Amino acid sequence: MKSLEELRELRREVEEDMKNRSKEEKPEIIIGMGTCGISAGARETLKTVLDEIEKRDLDVAVTQTGCIGMCEKEPLLDVKLPDQSRITYGQLNPEDVQRIIVQHVINGEIVEELAVARLEE
Amino acid sequence: MMRELSLHILDIAQNSIRAGAENLDIRIEENCCENILLIKIGDDGRGIEKDSIEEVMDPFVTTRTTREVGLGLSLLQETAESSGGSLSIDSEPGEGTAVTARFKLDHLDRPPLGSLADTLISLIAVNPDLEITYRHQKDGDCFDFSTEEIKAELQGVDIQEPGILKWLEEYLRENIAEVRGLSHPVLNL
Repeated sequence: MKSLEELRELRREVEEDMKNRSKEEKPEIIIGMGTCGISAGARETLKTVLDEIEKRDLDVAVTQTGCIGMCEKEPLLDVKLPDQSRITYGQLNPEDVQRIIVQHVINGEIVEELAVARLEE
Repeated sequence: MMRELSLHILDIAQNSIRAGAENLDIRIEENCCENILLIKIGDDGRGIEKDSIEEVMDPFVTTRTTREVGLGLSLLQETAESSGGSLSIDSEPGEGTAVTARFKLDHLDRPPLGSLADTLISLIAVNPDLEITYRHQKDGDCFDFSTEEIKAELQGVDIQEPGILKWLEEYLRENIAEVRGLSHPVLNL
């Protein structure tokens, strides 16, 4: 069983880790958390994002938004890299999310076949 | 449709967040003797005017401006009523809102609670300033969790740090499974 003592240990490790982070603007991932998003699988999308960030040790900001009126395309996820257009991806399963993280968030290449909208900067 | 009651909780909590809540209180009571499952989500958001309480249960009413329907509460009401239960809303403008859903615990059409740990982590991961208290009671047993307590332990380290979230997820999963008397954390009935 996990104990709070373990959390204190972990806190010290994370503190060390944070000293090595860059102060530059981070990539941002935005999850649609309206009723439509949640019923279409937004919680799983978010969980996959969090798992990938943890597994690959990425420095990414994760935020949420409500319903944006594209309910039929949920679950939606947006990627906003610094100084680039915000790309919306739709109808995602966990494998799609992994792909977006590797191809777009890490390598900076838009996953065209999953993209449903682009918001120019 | 929501496959799990924990998804409804995540959805109703979004109403609280949009209502400007700083504190969210989630309570779950499983009472086998009385055959009742109770879910209560309370917040200190802006609240709802008395005249509007009935309206918010109507799927064709919302305070949103991007579209004309607000489905979350009416979906939960339908789920509660088809599981031999009911939904009620108590609210005071400026004070906050409490949504209470009751279900017959053993009703065949009651969806499973599902992954409460995933719902809590989803709320914490993207709302770092929201303080959440969670109490899960089953018959005599009780599990209490509070983000304020965790943040005190973290002494300024961000609760959104991936390693911290991962730890919290396992912590919640284990403790909720224990209070529910589930032999394996993956069983979520």
